[in-house]
Amino acid sequence: MSSKRLRKLKEWWIEKAILLSGIFSVVFVLLIFLFLLREGFSLFRGESVADFLFGKSWYPISDPPRFGILPLILGSLLVTLGAAAISVPIGLAAALFIAEIAPGRLKEGLKAGIELLAAIPSVVIGFIGMITLGPWIKNLFHIPTGLTALTGSVTLAFMAMPTIVSIAEDAITAVPRQYREAAVAMGATKWQTTWRIVARAARPGMVAAVMLGIGRVIGETMAVMMVTGNAATIPHSILQPVRTLTATIAAEMGESVQGGAHYAALFAIGIVLFVITFLINGVADLYLHRSRR
Amino acid sequence: MNPRLSQKIAFSLLFLATLLVVLPVVVILAIIVAKGASAISWEFLFSMPRDGMRAGGILPAILGTLYLVLGAVLFAVPLGVAAAVYLVEYSGNNRFSRLVKLAIVNLAGVPSVVYGLFGLGIFVIFFRFGASILSGALTLGIMILPVIITSSREALESVPRHFRTVSLSLGASRWQTIRHSVLPHALPGIMTGMILGLGRAAGETAPILFTVAAFYLPRLPQSVFDQTMALPYHLYVISTQVPGIPENVRYGTALVLLTLVLLLNLAAIILRSRFRGKKKW
Repeated sequence: MSSKRLRKLKEWWIEKAILLSGIFSVVFVLLIFLFLLREGFSLFRGESVADFLFGKSWYPISDPPRFGILPLILGSLLVTLGAAAISVPIGLAAALFIAEIAPGRLKEGLKAGIELLAAIPSVVIGFIGMITLGPWIKNLFHIPTGLTALTGSVTLAFMAMPTIVSIAEDAITAVPRQYREAAVAMGATKWQTTWRIVARAARPGMVAAVMLGIGRVIGETMAVMMVTGNAATIPHSILQPVRTLTATIAAEMGESVQGGAHYAALFAIGIVLFVITFLINGVADLYLHRSRR
Repeated sequence: MNPRLSQKIAFSLLFLATLLVVLPVVVILAIIVAKGASAISWEFLFSMPRDGMRAGGILPAILGTLYLVLGAVLFAVPLGVAAAVYLVEYSGNNRFSRLVKLAIVNLAGVPSVVYGLFGLGIFVIFFRFGASILSGALTLGIMILPVIITSSREALESVPRHFRTVSLSLGASRWQTIRHSVLPHALPGIMTGMILGLGRAAGETAPILFTVAAFYLPRLPQSVFDQTMALPYHLYVISTQVPGIPENVRYGTALVLLTLVLLLNLAAIILRSRFRGKKKW
C-alpha cells in the first residue's frame, strides 16, 4: 500500500473516532437515565407513582416500609428557596458591580476570587458550615440544634453565588456598548444607565444565571447532608432539621440491600432529581440563547 | 432624590454585595489555615492512619485521591478533546451538533450524587468492576467531561479561521490542518480545562461514595480493582461519622484537600490569563 493511501486510511479512522466522541456525550446522558430507570423502576411494581411522590412518610426500614418522598421534596424545596432568597439579590448585585463598576485590576481579582469560591469542595464548605455556622445559629435563635434548614440555606447560598455571579456577569458584559453610550449621551448617570438600561437588556441572561444557581443548589449533596440535620419529616419552620432528596440518597445507599425495595427507591429519587435538573438546565439554556441574540 | 446621591448609595450597596460573595473565600481559608496548620507534618502527610484514624497520617487518602483524579483525566481528556474537535472543526451547526451541545449542558447539570448512582449501576454492578478505583475514576471522568469539552471548545474557537484556510490551501488534509495548525494553538486552553477538571474531580465526594471510597483502609491499593480511601470522603468520615477525632486532624485534612484543589485552580487561572495575554492575533 502506498504511504498516501495508508495516511488516508489513518485519517479515516481518526475522523470516525472524533465523530464517535461527539456521539458519546449524548450516549452518556441516555445511559444515565437508562441506568436510573433500570435500578429504580422495580419500586413501582409494588408502589404507585403518586404514593411515592406525595406520600407523607419516609420510613424505608420499618415493616412494612413506607416510601413517600414528600418530606424530602419539601426539605429540598425549603432549603433551595432559602438559599435563593439570599443568593439571588446578592449574586446579581455583585455581577452588576463586577461587570459595570469595578475597574480593570479589581475586576480581574474579584473574578478570580469567585472562581476560587466555586472551586472549594462541597465537603469543605459543609465542614465549615457545621462547625462555625451551626453553633452560631443555635445560639442566635436559642434552638436545640444548629443543624437546620436555615443553616443549609445559608451554606448553599454561598455555593450558588459563583454560578449566579459568573453567568450573570457574562450576560451583562455582552450588552452592546451602544446601549450605554446612548443612555449616557442623553444625560443619564452611570447608575441610571446600569440599572435601567444594562440590567434590563441583560435580563434573559440573568434569569438563566438564577436558574442554573438554583439547579446547583438542588443537586448539592455533601454540604447539605452535613449541615441540615437530616430529619426526614415534613418541615414546619426553617429552624427545623430537614432532609433533602440528595442527602437521602447519599446517607442511605450504604445501608440498603442491592436489588431491594429501599435500593430501588433511592434510584427512583435519583430519577426525580435527574428530571428536575434536566428541566432547569434545558430552560436556562433557552434563556441563554435568547440573551446571546 | 438627587441622581448623584442615589448613584453613590447604589454603588456602595453593590460593592457591599460583592464583598459578601468574595469574603467567605478569605474567611474559610483563614479558619482552616489557622486551625489546621498545626496538624501538618511529615508524618501526617506520609504515614498510615492509626488508632481508628485518630492518630497517624492520611497517606492512603492522599494517594487514593491522586489515583482517582489521574484515572478520571486519562479517561475524560482524550474523549472530551475529541468531542470538542468534532463540534468545532467537523460538525458545523447541524441538528446533531445542537443535540450534542444540549447533552453537554445537561451532563454539566446532573447532580453529583446522581453520577454516584449511575456509577454504581453501570460500573460497579453491570460491568462487575465492584467498588474499585476503576469504577470511581470512570464515574468522576464522566462527571468532568463537560468541563473538558467546554474549555476545549473555547480554546479551539479562539484559533482564527484563517489558520485553517491557509493550511488547507497549501494542500494539507483536514486532519493535518487540525493536528498541526489548530491544536498546538489551542493547547494552553485545553490544559486549562484539564486542570480545572482535575480540581473538580479531586474535591467531589458524592460520586465516589458508592463506587470506590473506603471508610477506613490502612493500606495502599494494589490494583485498579481495589477500593481506596480518598481525601474528601475521609474529611466527611472524620467530621461526621467518627467521634473523638482531634480538632486539628480534621482541620488539617481539610487544609490538605483545600490546598490541593485551590492550587490546581490557581494554576488554571494563571495559565489562562497568560494564554490570553500572549495571543498576538
